[in-house]
Amino acid sequence: MSEEGMRRVTAIQNGTIIDHVPAGSSLKILGMLGLLDNRSTPISFAMNVPSKKLDRKDVMKVEDRELTQQELDRLAIIAPDASVSIIRDYRVVEKRTVELGDELTNVARCSYSNCIMNNPREPLPHRILVHSRNPLELRCAYCGKTQSVDDIVNHLI
Amino acid sequence: MSGLITVDDLTNEEILSILDDAERMLPIARGEIHLPILAGKVLANLFFEPSTRTRMSFETAMKRLGGSVLNLGDVSNSSVVKGETLFDTMQMMDGYADIAVIRHPRQGAARYSSNAVKIPVINAGDGAGHHPTQTLLDLFTIRSCHGTLEGLNVALVGDLRYGRTVHSLSEALARFGCSLTFISPTSLSMPREIISDLRNSGISIEETGDLHGSIENVDVIYMTRIQKERFPDEDEYHKVAGVFKLGSSDLISAKKDMIIMHPLPRVDEISPDVDSTVHAKYFEQAFYGVVARMSLLCRLLGVSVPEVSQ
Repeated sequence: MSEEGMRRVTAIQNGTIIDHVPAGSSLKILGMLGLLDNRSTPISFAMNVPSKKLDRKDVMKVEDRELTQQELDRLAIIAPDASVSIIRDYRVVEKRTVELGDELTNVARCSYSNCIMNNPREPLPHRILVHSRNPLELRCAYCGKTQSVDDIVNHLI
Repeated sequence: MSGLITVDDLTNEEILSILDDAERMLPIARGEIHLPILAGKVLANLFFEPSTRTRMSFETAMKRLGGSVLNLGDVSNSSVVKGETLFDTMQMMDGYADIAVIRHPRQGAARYSSNAVKIPVINAGDGAGHHPTQTLLDLFTIRSCHGTLEGLNVALVGDLRYGRTVHSLSEALARFGCSLTFISPTSLSMPREIISDLRNSGISIEETGDLHGSIENVDVIYMTRIQKERFPDEDEYHKVAGVFKLGSSDLISAKKDMIIMHPLPRVDEISPDVDSTVHAKYFEQAFYGVVARMSLLCRLLGVSVPEVSQ
């Protein structure tokens, strides 16, 4: 909480602070959290802030909403080093990290137009597998096509 | 083994064991011996897009071993046209059959189906995805002709982007240490995820557009048809149609034991004058589809293949 980026935006009374987001990724993060079209949640962020850990980073503050661990784990493909603070009455009451599991279930549709999962009536879950972590490679569990992070963001469910 | 969706579902030992069993099935496939070891078993043949060899060879394989076959038939006469999901169609198969074979125009349909049912599912081609039973018969053909699968130089030619047979075959050949030459127009090159997996396996890969310059060095030429039906744009198809053609005069520099394979049907990529050369193996290859599928059906239904004597 002592870093410069944390001071650049106003302290929040209740909500979630997401720190150590790769510089320039804030909008993708908002998309992943389904907050881009949300008109009721106040959100403030600082972009390209100097950081010892990442050189440059983004910091985001989402007011009046405590993001669940499941929501936060979605961020791992964009911000694997993000650290998350849950704020109540201006105090940090919980610290969380994001974790990249083996699979993203019902987060995004496969981006390949001829994948079986592009029939919206098929009832089985949408599954994107983490094929490799370093470098990050994601593939549809059904058709096997590689999905970029932008593909995921553009095909969120 | 609970089904076969991609060749990754098989270890090398399992592949070789299936090929060994297939070898023993040859007299049964020729009708010389009657061995009804799959009597009482029912196969569901679910072909959502056209097929001649794959559908009929599965049917022949099952019937030669005493089993029965249910055919979905023409999709336009099924509940699919009423909007039934693939999930619901597959649920029915769980009640009707002991094993299902599926071919579907959408990629991933076979994996999806296998997640929907308890019975084993065999992928007989999913869009431009995979065709692993074609790979088994391809490997059977190569081993029959060369005596081994190890360390061969194999050229895969034509539509490598949409050609599901070459996707499955290249992954299997890489596991047996073969060197692969991919010959295609740039617009039909091998998908990047397959290239990435093959490079990780450490084998030698070359990508080129020159078929005739590659002939003298290879043990196998695997020709494929440019698949008009997979092109989203007909103009794009016409730009590359007929770009690779093999005639008997092109084979002068080939090794004596070099073989030419093709999953068929062919259009004009192999001239009929190649058929009578020692290199042509594609019709033999199509027959081997019966024994490869007999062997696989027994494996997935938990039936051992006995020693067969004439």
